[in-house]
Amino acid sequence: MTTPLAAINDFVVKFANVNGSGSASANSMFAKAVLRMGVPVAVRNIFPSNIQGLPTWFEVRVTEAGHQGRRGGVDLMVAMNPQTWDKDVAEIEPGGYLFYDSTKPMPASRFRTDITVVGVPLTAICNAAYTAARERQLFKNIIYVGAVASLLGIEIDVIETLVAEQFEGRDRLIKANVAALHMGRDWVADNMGPLGLQVRRADAVGDRIFIEGNQAAGLGAIYGGATVCAWYPITPSTSLAEAFTSYCQDLRIDPESGKANFAIIQAEDEIASIGVVIGAGWNGARAFTCTSGPGVSLMTEFIGLSYFAEIPAVIFDVQRGGPSTGMPTRTQQSDLIGAAYASHGDTKHPMLLPMDPGECFTFAALAFDLADRLQTTIFVMLDLDMGMNEWLTEPFSWDDTRRMDRGKVMTHDELEAGRDFGRYLDVDGDGIPYRTYPGVHPTKGGYFTRGTSRNPYARYSEEGSVYVDNVHRLLRKFETAKSLIPAPELRLASAPTRDGVIYYGSTGPALHEALGLFESQGRRLDALRVRGFPFSSEVDDFLASHDRIFVIEQNRDAQLRTLLMAENGGDPYRLIPVLHYDGTPITARFIVASISSLMDATQPPGSRPLREAAE
Amino acid sequence: MTYIAKPKLHHPALAPNALGFLRRDYEGSVSTLCAGCGHDSISSAIIQAAYELDLPPHRVAKLSGIGCSSKTPDYFLGNSHGFNTVHGRMPSVLTGANLANRELIYLGVSGDGDSASIGLGQFAHAIRRGVNMTYIVENNGVYGLTKGQFSATSDRGSKSKRGVVNHDSAIDMVSLALQLGATFVGRSFSGDKAQLVPLIKAAIRHPGPAFIDTLSPCVQFNNHAGSTKSYDYVREHNEAVNRLDLISDRKPIEVDYEPGTTISVTQHDGSVLSLHKLSAHYDPTDRIAALSYLAERQAAGEIVTGLLYVNPEPGDLHGALGTTDRPLNSLSDAELVPGQSALDQINAGLR
Repeated sequence: MTTPLAAINDFVVKFANVNGSGSASANSMFAKAVLRMGVPVAVRNIFPSNIQGLPTWFEVRVTEAGHQGRRGGVDLMVAMNPQTWDKDVAEIEPGGYLFYDSTKPMPASRFRTDITVVGVPLTAICNAAYTAARERQLFKNIIYVGAVASLLGIEIDVIETLVAEQFEGRDRLIKANVAALHMGRDWVADNMGPLGLQVRRADAVGDRIFIEGNQAAGLGAIYGGATVCAWYPITPSTSLAEAFTSYCQDLRIDPESGKANFAIIQAEDEIASIGVVIGAGWNGARAFTCTSGPGVSLMTEFIGLSYFAEIPAVIFDVQRGGPSTGMPTRTQQSDLIGAAYASHGDTKHPMLLPMDPGECFTFAALAFDLADRLQTTIFVMLDLDMGMNEWLTEPFSWDDTRRMDRGKVMTHDELEAGRDFGRYLDVDGDGIPYRTYPGVHPTKGGYFTRGTSRNPYARYSEEGSVYVDNVHRLLRKFETAKSLIPAPELRLASAPTRDGVIYYGSTGPALHEALGLFESQGRRLDALRVRGFPFSSEVDDFLASHDRIFVIEQNRDAQLRTLLMAENGGDPYRLIPVLHYDGTPITARFIVASISSLMDATQPPGSRPLREAAE
Repeated sequence: MTYIAKPKLHHPALAPNALGFLRRDYEGSVSTLCAGCGHDSISSAIIQAAYELDLPPHRVAKLSGIGCSSKTPDYFLGNSHGFNTVHGRMPSVLTGANLANRELIYLGVSGDGDSASIGLGQFAHAIRRGVNMTYIVENNGVYGLTKGQFSATSDRGSKSKRGVVNHDSAIDMVSLALQLGATFVGRSFSGDKAQLVPLIKAAIRHPGPAFIDTLSPCVQFNNHAGSTKSYDYVREHNEAVNRLDLISDRKPIEVDYEPGTTISVTQHDGSVLSLHKLSAHYDPTDRIAALSYLAERQAAGEIVTGLLYVNPEPGDLHGALGTTDRPLNSLSDAELVPGQSALDQINAGLR
């Protein structure tokens, strides 16, 4: 028999449940209890596109080292879903543990010999204590939390505190939940000893907060001064609009009048959503929509209008598995090219690429400044992994001296003083023209906004030279964007190397963990995390100073690599794709395995024919 | 060409309005539409209405979609900001603009292709949300810019210029607007300025979603025998239920009609609409009756025009959302950005 796994504060627990059974809040309480003991966790909710009945999993990585990526593999499976039993049992690491409801005896063939099986008669305990069916179902969840917590050494009073917080003011519910918690714990205490996997109190969480990226982005939109939100429900972006709505109720009601300093429209579709945003942006309000890939597809005509007529807009794209309806409840980074070049004709759009909820907050707020400054659509590219999972992140902070950057807006007084106003006139050489808000002045500053070609004074023109001047100015503006987009983050290896990795978004935590593993194996890789598009000169420098660069992404077609080649002249022979796209979040294990085998397999740089050789 | 501005000359006898603006101050660029196009008459009616209402020209935002009708905002109110958006999507852009600044007057101009075909959904949803706007459809039953295809408002059985008979049912924008909750609904004819100008004025003064379907013959592609949107056909079948005579501000109404033939509607802002009844029993404040009357007259082959429905106490989207009285685009950092102290509390709740 394989030796049972033994680990303190470093293991993975996976809960296998049935969707709609009320397990989510019980599982979340379990994760929070570990956090409250000062031990970081990384959680992943793996759920179906379904309300009730299909399988759902909740993975809790207990990690004193603080890794926020998914590890891969399961050390303790809490198998509460008969539908997925075989697959769940198969997923357990050798030496791992299986927790199950032992009320009904299972044949030995359904187990494995290389794992430790822990049976607790949950249904029997439940049926003895409760009569109503819904009670039996809900309290069963709490009972297994009590039992598992006890097996792992989680302090019961920590969970009791969480119960009290969750049901604050409803004493009857608190009492009932605590009683159920104790039923699970007591049964374990009376019948078995602790597992080899243990949670031990630590001080590794600090003042970090635990929050979803969507919620963080919704809050960021508040701090970015957004007043208009128009959206259409779509997984996985819905909770962003809901978070914004909820924060507006808390933070944006005028204390004197009781009226709303915001307007939120649940539109009839994504096209109307972006239309409302463009109308509001045209009229000087900060506006956004949030959606996912299918929504961006629908919005593309308007995105082109925003690009060409130069109207500020912010789109949060919480990416999911594509194409088409794809995998609506699974994660991917597969909208990068679709967003960067959305709409017909020659268009390009700045993107912000947050890594975690912390950056979801800061980039959300920044997006509104950039939209006003650059007078165009700014994409903030989240994904389901960071958007819909709670991650541990540094507490949010805000510089109270910061002011909204409304960009180049010509005022009534400037117009009155006779300042020349040409809506599409490049007066500063940065490609960014001045705009006016509608209604600003009785006789000056009015202009006609259109998606057709026009001269610098906004008059319709199909003259070739006028058109070319205008689209070249738009390129200058895109060049200006490079200096405004957050700079990439460089992590140098412990020794000089010509090998590198480029990565972005939710791949970050897994990659950072992988970098540590590479170092311990003696592999040296410099790492560059791009945080926005267009790419600045730091990216060019990195491309120039490395012979072999692994570009790590969560899509099939190496979309970031394509952008690096198309926009920054990245050499396809040196940019090696490392791709993870099955819909689950990328893991450090995957990155280490992929890059290690590629490094061992690829010939040393310089030995392969470069294109220049053919000239 | 649209980039040719009109000369600033005007007739010396033209009087300025109460704000000191001449009619010329409400005009725009030279129209590029065909000579005789109904749309130009509507532009002229809009200019007249704005001049007579003493509107500050720059406090109007005019928005349109794509098509012949959607080009017209360039031809009136040259000092207003205008926005020629994308095909069929003007209503959402207007909604967003209205949310950003509730103090401007919003004028949406669209066509039957723009609003009844590609944009039917957005038309419906902007109306049902109660956006405070004047929405004018310049309805000619045909796609002009692409040379004569039927639009969704073409009547079944009507004939195209090339002799093709339309086999699809027509969408009646007026009935739709009534069903969807427009609180001001009118229908008029580009060739009847005496009827159209007061309707536009009343719609602009109406603090809710106001819709005017304006039959506007296309001289090029839909003005032949067999068309039900031609000048001749509309003149022959026009059945006006009332004539809106004046809109006054709390002034006594003095109209020289027989007793019992006028009806007055006092709106929420105190303005009074005075209507001369042409159809004895028509009550423009009864929505259900209006719907049924429209259906009945339509079946008889008539085109009912006039102020068909008005709700004197309309609500609007801002009212429903409870938004601040000030324009959202004017709110400052202090009003919008809660600062570090609020963030500290939020952080504390996330541990």
